Amino acid sequence: MDWLLLAEFSIVGLLSGGVLALIALGFVLVYKGTRVINFAMGEFMMVGAYLFWTTHVFMQLPWWVALALTLVGIALLGAVVERFVLRPLAGQPVISIVMATIGLGAVLHGVAEAIWGGANLSLPQLLPRQPFMLGEILVPGQVLWSFVLAVALIAGFTAYFHYSKGGVSMRAAASDPVTAYAMGIDVRKMQRLTWIFAGVTGAVAGVIVASMTSLSPTLGTVALGVLAVIILGGLDSIAGAIIAGLIVGWLESITVAFVGGQARDLVPYLVVLVILMVRPYGLFGTRDIERL
Amino acid sequence: MNILEAEGLTLSFGGIRALADVSIAVPQGSITAIIGPNGAGKTSLFNAISGFYRPERGTIRFAGADITRVRGHARAALGLARTFQNVALFRGMTVLDNIKLGGHHRLAAGALGAMWYLGRAAAEESRLRAELEREVIDFLEIDHIRDLPIDALAYGLQKRVELARALAMQPKVLMLDEPVAGMNREETEDMARFILDIQEERGITVMLVEHDMGLVMDISSHVVVLNFGQEIASGTPAEVRANPAVIAAYLGEKAAKQRAA
Amino acid sequence: MRIGDFHASYRHDEALFDTRVQRAWFAVLVVALLAFPFVGGAYFVYLACLLGIHLISAAGLNIMTGYTGLISLGHAAFMGVGCYTVAVAERAGIPFYVALPLAGCVSAAIGLVVGVPSLRIKGLYFAVATLAAQFVLGFVFREWESVTGGVRGANVPAASLFGFELAGDQRIYFLIVPLAVVMLLGARNLFRTRVGRAFIAIRDRDISAEVLGISLFHYKLLAFGIGSFYAGVAGGLWGYFFRVATPELFGFPLSVFYLAAIIVGGLGSILGTVLGATFMTMVPEVLRAMVGWAQALGLQDASVFLASIRQVVFGLLIVGFLIFEPHGLAEIWRRVRRFFHLWPFRT
Repeated sequence: MDWLLLAEFSIVGLLSGGVLALIALGFVLVYKGTRVINFAMGEFMMVGAYLFWTTHVFMQLPWWVALALTLVGIALLGAVVERFVLRPLAGQPVISIVMATIGLGAVLHGVAEAIWGGANLSLPQLLPRQPFMLGEILVPGQVLWSFVLAVALIAGFTAYFHYSKGGVSMRAAASDPVTAYAMGIDVRKMQRLTWIFAGVTGAVAGVIVASMTSLSPTLGTVALGVLAVIILGGLDSIAGAIIAGLIVGWLESITVAFVGGQARDLVPYLVVLVILMVRPYGLFGTRDIERL
Repeated sequence: MNILEAEGLTLSFGGIRALADVSIAVPQGSITAIIGPNGAGKTSLFNAISGFYRPERGTIRFAGADITRVRGHARAALGLARTFQNVALFRGMTVLDNIKLGGHHRLAAGALGAMWYLGRAAAEESRLRAELEREVIDFLEIDHIRDLPIDALAYGLQKRVELARALAMQPKVLMLDEPVAGMNREETEDMARFILDIQEERGITVMLVEHDMGLVMDISSHVVVLNFGQEIASGTPAEVRANPAVIAAYLGEKAAKQRAA
Repeated sequence: MRIGDFHASYRHDEALFDTRVQRAWFAVLVVALLAFPFVGGAYFVYLACLLGIHLISAAGLNIMTGYTGLISLGHAAFMGVGCYTVAVAERAGIPFYVALPLAGCVSAAIGLVVGVPSLRIKGLYFAVATLAAQFVLGFVFREWESVTGGVRGANVPAASLFGFELAGDQRIYFLIVPLAVVMLLGARNLFRTRVGRAFIAIRDRDISAEVLGISLFHYKLLAFGIGSFYAGVAGGLWGYFFRVATPELFGFPLSVFYLAAIIVGGLGSILGTVLGATFMTMVPEVLRAMVGWAQALGLQDASVFLASIRQVVFGLLIVGFLIFEPHGLAEIWRRVRRFFHLWPFRT
């Protein structure tokens, strides 16, 4: 057993899990707010990355301007989706809404492919590449900085949800819309905000992933792997998303080290199947109790 | 003879004690009413007997056999049927199909036989249909609505269809959870007539959870009173009505003292 | 104008085709289907074969998802299993009349493997499990080179009946179309019996279903098994029709295609399955024709957009029907029929 190899891949894995946790956060937000798994999350990531490419690479705007514009664009997309796709379906069974997100994902995928083409584009390196040395272990700079960024965002969101009035309102609206409405909370606005936040986390994660790899319409398939993260962590637990993100990141990295690169893509899906067998509500998910 | 007995049933949800050491005995062929204030544990008792909730402690005996460990869906074949507080009909189907589902456990068609249909599946479907028309649909006077979707029915009729579905199971014990909730006087009288016929003509033991005291006192032969998950009285309607503990539970301690005085 | 249907016996009431007119139309349909390959052009015979395959697969998916409420996001992968099974079976010299049922059974078996752990828990988790199955199976298709031929895929010889090769659309038509009719009828019959009713009960209110004596696990597994069997047979027919099995054919986009077909057609309805499959078979052809016109009008690069436009159209169909007509084309059909039955009255 090559301990050094294990340690190196472990650390890289944990750190790359940060981005997975960020994407998982987007999923959990939507689930907590609307009880729906947003299968279009990957496409939000992809559209965000493309918007950034357009503003930063194509229009040559400085990166912080490009990022701001991207976030505004994605926020608009989130609001439009909530108003024109989700709201008309309110009250329909969850099956329908989930299938609507799948349809939405297909639409976004097709539109992106039509506008930007199917070929790989590249984003410039946004994160410093300078590697860090942890003793004898080499940690690629991008991985470390993506982790830092992800943690900062997650911490920011968590603080918002716990300490700000808007955040608490969102949690109230998610937990019990009728009571929240009675307390004067604009539930529709909260739902719209939920989708906007989900879009924003997706977009940032998309930009990070695209800058580390490459940008194409298939960027979104990463998000399907993140489903493993939220199943493991529990569909409605932010803490679960974070911890599960790190675990899945670690597992993927270890698989690459000891089994081979091909199997890496398989890991999330095997995790899903195993977790569903052993502990379906995940590490921290709340068990559904049905009222008869 | 008691067709259904429960001993020492205890059931908790988190910190809430739904049932605390409840023991009841339901005489065969009786109409037994389970009454008590809201939250007393009546529906939880039904759910434990149906098999949805596994009690932490206690046993349930049905026709002498211990069924505490028997899975929920297996209790239908034993002869246990129930209706629900919020009408639990299948909205995607017609009245007739809903009632036919009551006969599910008495049919035998498997997937292949069903897909081929001609032969055994068709025969048993015909037999079921004829039997249901005779014994359930005519009896409950719902032949005029048999092809309607559930959504098109008034609430009172929906409750009757649910009763029909339960009867289609040919049960030995029929558990009705608030069968006349939300009904006016005429509908309540109709339902009372049906329940009495079911008990007298078919020999089915009926258990009722009800808040309508008029109905309870009129038709039941045996009454059990629950409060805060515990049994506080049982006996004939007259006995229960005069029981001070029962009066205290419903009307408060002060009223009980007044009655006693 | 129909005044009502008067049935003299319960059996008559429960029959599939309960009027002489309906039975006559069905007979006409059978004759038309038999004669079609000899009078229709080659393109339409091709479409008919493709439609037949889509019908069988969509029927399987509707049984699982539309009637029983189990959302499957991995339907295409199960078709792939059927297709590869046929490829492997043919290599071993097994004729099609054994290979096709075998394809269905292998698919159903894999369905059981996926279903046993995941059917114990609620809806969304099951959907995610099927998605996981889709990608795991895709991985197997790509990597298990010795059996599946890896990325290059596997060739499937023509189905042959004691030496008579079913090569060419006209001949394979007579395998696909009758099989589609039989399997559709079988699916419809399911819902005349307790099995089908149990499926619908599980979708609508599974707790009530349990009280009635329906073992949820057993019936969910059965629904998933039957659906996977249909997918496997459809995949096997795909193999005999297109003569090749590759991993890309059976990826997630195809699963979305079939979901669109049953949503557009109408969930929980065999009529919906037929309408939806027909519609979805026509959509890519119509799009292709439109791209052809666009090219003729001077937009040379139009064909590049074909794949993207297909995705957009599928997605819009799903979202559009869910918002505006959740019961699908079947409901529109029923409304039209009611209108003509009642005419000249309005309601």
